[in-house]
Amino acid sequence: MSFSANCPGCGAPVRFAFSSAVQTACPFCKAIIVRNDVNLEKVGEVADLPEDASPIQIGTEGVFNNKNFLVVGRIVYSWEQGRWNEWHLAFSDGVSGWLSDAQLEYAISFHANPPAPLPGAGEIRPGHVFQFQNAQYMATTLTEARYEGFQGELPFTTKDREAYPFVDLRTTDARFGTIDYTEEPPLLFLGWSVDYAALKLRNVREFEGWPVA
Amino acid sequence: MTTAPAKPRMRSLQCPNCGGNVDLHGFAHTKSAVCVQCCTILDPTGESVQILQKFDERMRVRPLIPLGTRGKFRGILYELIGFQVRTITVEGTNYSWHEYLLFNPYHGFRYLSQYDGHWNDILTVRGLPLFVSSGGRRAVTYEGRTYKHFQTANARTTFVMGEFPWQVRVGEQVEASDFIDPPAMLSAEKTGKEITWSKGEYITGAEIWKAFEIKGSPPPARGVYANQPSPYRERIASMWGRALMLMVVWAALLAWFTFTGGGSQIYQQTFRYDQSSSGEHSFVTDIFELPGRTSNVEVRVDTSLDNDWAYLNMALINEQTGQGFDFGRELSYYSGRDSDGAWTEGSRGDSVIIPRVESGRYYLRIEPEMEGGTNAMAGTHVMNYKVTVRRGVNSLWLFWLALPLLLVPPLLSSMRAGTFEGQRWAESDYAS
Repeated sequence: MSFSANCPGCGAPVRFAFSSAVQTACPFCKAIIVRNDVNLEKVGEVADLPEDASPIQIGTEGVFNNKNFLVVGRIVYSWEQGRWNEWHLAFSDGVSGWLSDAQLEYAISFHANPPAPLPGAGEIRPGHVFQFQNAQYMATTLTEARYEGFQGELPFTTKDREAYPFVDLRTTDARFGTIDYTEEPPLLFLGWSVDYAALKLRNVREFEGWPVA
Repeated sequence: MTTAPAKPRMRSLQCPNCGGNVDLHGFAHTKSAVCVQCCTILDPTGESVQILQKFDERMRVRPLIPLGTRGKFRGILYELIGFQVRTITVEGTNYSWHEYLLFNPYHGFRYLSQYDGHWNDILTVRGLPLFVSSGGRRAVTYEGRTYKHFQTANARTTFVMGEFPWQVRVGEQVEASDFIDPPAMLSAEKTGKEITWSKGEYITGAEIWKAFEIKGSPPPARGVYANQPSPYRERIASMWGRALMLMVVWAALLAWFTFTGGGSQIYQQTFRYDQSSSGEHSFVTDIFELPGRTSNVEVRVDTSLDNDWAYLNMALINEQTGQGFDFGRELSYYSGRDSDGAWTEGSRGDSVIIPRVESGRYYLRIEPEMEGGTNAMAGTHVMNYKVTVRRGVNSLWLFWLALPLLLVPPLLSSMRAGTFEGQRWAESDYAS
């Protein structure tokens, strides 16, 4: 599943853990590398991510719905009350998923095709109800988020990203969804809120003074 | 591969107001921290520490569990990193409760609340509770359970200590609504347009004291709390069930005893009365022994009467003392058939219970009498009859009387349960 190539910036070997990765960062020269078919292109340099306290890191492994995943990438967004992470997961069957971590509240979601074109962010108010995959999702929060940076491998490029609206969706059970306006048309992600313990994470970060859980 | 980020360490900052040290335990999650020396709320997230607010030191409240306390609670190691007092004002009276913020760098945040010795274990809710109506009152449903609206009030933060993953400020207000389904409670906090839901579960102070190994004992719980489980509610259904079952068994036993008479049979003999036979009809039976301690004696007569009546004059006589208990029984039994069908009237048998008969040797004197008396012309009346003597027969009427007493415990519990619910709702928006 993994493959290697050379960094177009410094020539160092760059290994891709996720075969469908479109963007990664060179661990040596910090070049942002975007892949077009077999060609790698340097599109900029990664900025240092702000210090954070997520227990997840690139290389963390876990289980969701009896399928193993490996954390291969990450996008960091910020909003008025802080930051959150979207960890890019490469599942054992090649599917790409996302583990969001906001103040240690976790949710796993997958890209989904909306049954009808999604409305623009300006047309959605809290309480707006959508019918997706046999469940009613209610818009709860509209967030103006700023792209803060990325790390590792992503299934798309984050080149030129700035600020975008996000709409949080909830159901009466623990389902979770996001309408992501970073692209046009907007992207829909659907999934579940999850317990830290249920993910059975391995290779997590260590924290001073705490046993690894 | 990208290099792993540095291991997060605890850090300490200097209060820009008083120069005191403020230790941070929440790593990069901490959005505000309170300088315990000068009651200043600091923002540690930027390049330099910013003062968010300085509040009145006279508001100081001592937490029951000290900040920094660690313990394994619900299987997870937590550290207590924040403490706040929140207050609502109802009809001019302030009611304050304490909230403790628990932290684990992997599992996240959890809250414990305390009011008058009542505790709740609180987590944020993942799903979306739905507003409904239950019996004309506001309610919400969540995870298949219905929570009744209990109270809505403006909750303001009146004291803070420690650190928080949000920018805390004293005086900040939210509209807080509580919905209950004891021992659970759903709380909605409304700020602007956004509603944040959390779910509390009523727990005892003892459980917290044990988990965090706190010395001494928790303050006793006073009164009835909103989502305190009723100690009666669970019990009542089973109490009623048990009482009804006991009543059935009791009644069945009584019926059986009534039917069989109970006691032990001492004497039984069958006699024949023939009016036509000449001479004295009265006679005495053989002597029988009434054993044991003083108790009652049942004398039962069963006859072969058919469309006839008889009178039996009897006496139970102590052979040694000559003391006797006189009694009589009239028996009649008629049957026939009319337009309504077959009918019967009266009974062929009857019994007498003689109370408190001492043990000893006894015999019966029996004098039967039938229609026509001594008139020899009417000598057609004949009956066979059986006399049975039993010792220690139960006086069953008392036991039948006791039957409804079985309902007293469940009735009392139901009344107590009602009182408990009354006390609970007296603190709500629906107090009568």
